[in-house]
Amino acid sequence: MDFLNEMTLSFSSKSMNENFARAAVSAFVLPLDPTINELADIKTAVSEAVTNAIIHGYEYGDGIITVCAKICPGGKVVIKVKDKGKGIEDVKQALEPLFTTVGGERAGLGFAVMQSFMDSLKVKSRPGSGTVVTMEKFIIRRSRTDSCTAPQKDEVIPNDKA
Amino acid sequence: MNVKTVYDSGTLTALLSGDIDHHSARKMRRIIDGDIEICRPEKLILDFRRVQFMDSSGIGLIMGRYRLMSLCGGSVDIVNIPQPLERIVKLSGITTLMKV
Repeated sequence: MDFLNEMTLSFSSKSMNENFARAAVSAFVLPLDPTINELADIKTAVSEAVTNAIIHGYEYGDGIITVCAKICPGGKVVIKVKDKGKGIEDVKQALEPLFTTVGGERAGLGFAVMQSFMDSLKVKSRPGSGTVVTMEKFIIRRSRTDSCTAPQKDEVIPNDKA
Repeated sequence: MNVKTVYDSGTLTALLSGDIDHHSARKMRRIIDGDIEICRPEKLILDFRRVQFMDSSGIGLIMGRYRLMSLCGGSVDIVNIPQPLERIVKLSGITTLMKV
């Protein structure tokens, strides 16, 4: 078994679901005890990928977006965001910072954010059949004893006797 | 509402709150631009103190307002960026365009 836990979520390509998707992934990775910054990184990357699927994949039209997340040994989180939209003609060009096909209010930073906030990013796409964005991030396990405030066993015994 | 605006002697301050993503940024943009049109401020202050989350749509929101304000010779200040949002702000390079 190469993973400890997994989940799959499918939802309509509506912009109100951007919040839902990042909240769900955030709740899913919570047992790994991520820091606020690690959680913010994951939420931001998921939000970017889902927004891309809505704006570029389905061009604001109807479609289904699927988000899969896996927790693997060693604190590795693997997140896939898939759409069956129009796909990307030139993935290399799409990955360049500030490149955007839609202009207007889009900063062209989506992939740059995913790349810098996650430990790895892979984009697989075929024009006409859709896009799969795979991102990985390691949640660094912090020493539990540092933050643990529970009393030691030998501290508890005298209290019980008292 | 997730934007509260106050106008005072040439300065329009927009207090943003909640999450800024592609969904919410559209509504925020409409409110801020509507008020810019009415008040014609010399300076726009975007206050992020109550923003809990922001993706690159927030950068788009800032850049768009910067462009709009520049058109009429105005300026934009970004204030009170919470610590978790600092990374995306730095990554975007907007700090070279306006006061943050």
